[in-house]
Amino acid sequence: MTAFRSLALAMARGFLRDRMAVFFSLVFPLMFLVLFGGLLGGDDAPRPEVVQVGAVPLLDDVSDQERDVVESSLELRKAGDLDVALEDVRQGDAAAAVVQDGDRVVVYFSQADTIVAGTVQGLFQSIVQSANVQATGRPPAYELATERVEDESLETIQFVTPGLLGWAVAMSATFGAATNLVVWRHNGLLRRLRLAPVRTSSVVLARVVVSLLVAAVQAAVFVGLGVTAFGLQLTGSWWLVVPLLLAGTLAFLSVGLLAGSVARTEEGAVGMANFVVLPMAFLSGSFFSLEAAPAWVRGIAEVLPLKWLNEGMLDVMVRGQGVSAVLLPVAMLLAFAGVLTAVASRLFRWDR
Amino acid sequence: MGLGIEVAGLTMTYGDLRAVDDVSFSVRPGEFFGLLGPNGAGKTTTLEMMEGLRVPGSGSVRIGDLDPRRRDTDLQRVIGVQLQASSFFERLTVREQIDTFAALYGVPAGRGLALLEQVGLVEKADVRTEDLSGGQKQRLSIACALVHDPEVVFLDEPTAALDPQARRNLWDVLRGLNESGRTVVLTTHYMDEAEALCDRVAIMDAGRVLRLDTPAALVRDLDAPVRISLAPGTLDRDAAVALVGADAVRESPAGLELTTRDPARVLAALAERDALAGLAVRGASLEDVFLSLTGREYRS
Repeated sequence: MTAFRSLALAMARGFLRDRMAVFFSLVFPLMFLVLFGGLLGGDDAPRPEVVQVGAVPLLDDVSDQERDVVESSLELRKAGDLDVALEDVRQGDAAAAVVQDGDRVVVYFSQADTIVAGTVQGLFQSIVQSANVQATGRPPAYELATERVEDESLETIQFVTPGLLGWAVAMSATFGAATNLVVWRHNGLLRRLRLAPVRTSSVVLARVVVSLLVAAVQAAVFVGLGVTAFGLQLTGSWWLVVPLLLAGTLAFLSVGLLAGSVARTEEGAVGMANFVVLPMAFLSGSFFSLEAAPAWVRGIAEVLPLKWLNEGMLDVMVRGQGVSAVLLPVAMLLAFAGVLTAVASRLFRWDR
Repeated sequence: MGLGIEVAGLTMTYGDLRAVDDVSFSVRPGEFFGLLGPNGAGKTTTLEMMEGLRVPGSGSVRIGDLDPRRRDTDLQRVIGVQLQASSFFERLTVREQIDTFAALYGVPAGRGLALLEQVGLVEKADVRTEDLSGGQKQRLSIACALVHDPEVVFLDEPTAALDPQARRNLWDVLRGLNESGRTVVLTTHYMDEAEALCDRVAIMDAGRVLRLDTPAALVRDLDAPVRISLAPGTLDRDAAVALVGADAVRESPAGLELTTRDPARVLAALAERDALAGLAVRGASLEDVFLSLTGREYRS
């Protein structure tokens, strides 16, 4: 017990005094959280800018209610000259220009952004239609009512917090185990420990506990900052991240164990860990959703531990799911840890 | 306190290379024993088999009545090992290192400070090991090897890569190691170190033990001539050749060097001629023993 405790303490001190390690496991992922949460956080898309040339009674004479609709969808400004307005459209400074000549309304638009072009055309279509219906003097035959449904696609902060947390945990657990192993083998400490009355299980357990503590700090900081600064809204069973992080840390420790067993130098181990973790983070949806990714990418993601960790954390942290959502991810992560540890233990060397 | 070690027929081959070739010797309880030889002589491999870090190809080692191959806690509590590299936990201070090792052996932490005192590192207690000098690292490494008060200590080239001053400082620490009756086994490729520290020395080359005896006996058995060097201008060459007892005379810019098997007569004759100023007498050393055993210069 004292051996385990002193080893864990030595590892924890070694980590906390390594500014680079602390930076890469805490500050670096947080920079991404601030980046994604702060810069991409605004949920209303910019309104297309439309230049109104001269008098356009169709727009000027609408009811107050319709004006609200128009102004929430478009940013209208006025110009005296059609040529100037068209130049703005060509330059991309405006999405469209509109003129009215008697009963005829002409919308000049740019196809540069198809979504904006569609929005502008659709909107003017509906303004003209409702003006036509009004002109008949009869009530409309059909009425459209819209109601918003909470959809699966989440707001940016809701999506990136679990993903970036998963990435951060994957990085520090993998790097921690890999560099620990390589440095200790390189400087002879592994051999020295072999000659001391210390069980291998104490050494391994110390590493696991230190990595779990690091993961706990990462989770606390991410969730704390997300909730207080970026409007992250946690759903009911978010505490289920605890078993997920436990299983995830074990899985990534096994990745690091494997890298540390194969690599000969610290640089080699760091390179190898990077080579695995960074592509894995992209393919596991840590930075952006994989819903639009091709099928083969999603196929690869199925066998990546980080995908399971991210998926599980998304489900319980922001999608409101319960225990049933973490069973498969935890099982997959533990299976992954078991297989990789078995492979690593065959490649493991005490000596240089 | 202090255990004897029996090494019998120890052999280790790497492919075609016989790194250790049928090595046998015994170390007495409480002895300061040296394995001396150039790099690649097989000293470290022999030591590692004695420590239990390597399984011998054939042959056996007994430390007291323990077999190091079993690497059990009985053995681990009895032996203390200082490895060639400075094997420390990264970014810990001197005090934290020794306290960590103390905890690994279940020793009260207070012992750490006493050991730091013994190796002269108390004022460095709060310095991180990365900031220590080479000699200080080796002293800490030795302190860590002693933390559980082992009966046998293995030191693998403790003074390698140290400057001469640091090497001499470390010798003072090493001399104290077997004062309490502890057995010490040391490998070194420094002849003077073996002469200064060891009760007995096994001279190794190419995987074999060539000779084993006390440094004094090894030198005496060599029956090598004594070299007497004279400062330039104290005596001319012809006069030196004419001296009774001088076997050979060699002239160099540093002066004359006489070789003799009868130094007493030569020195008396030199005193008569009042030629003793700046004189130096050098007897045979382990270097000469190695030369006569292998037929080649010692390369450290």
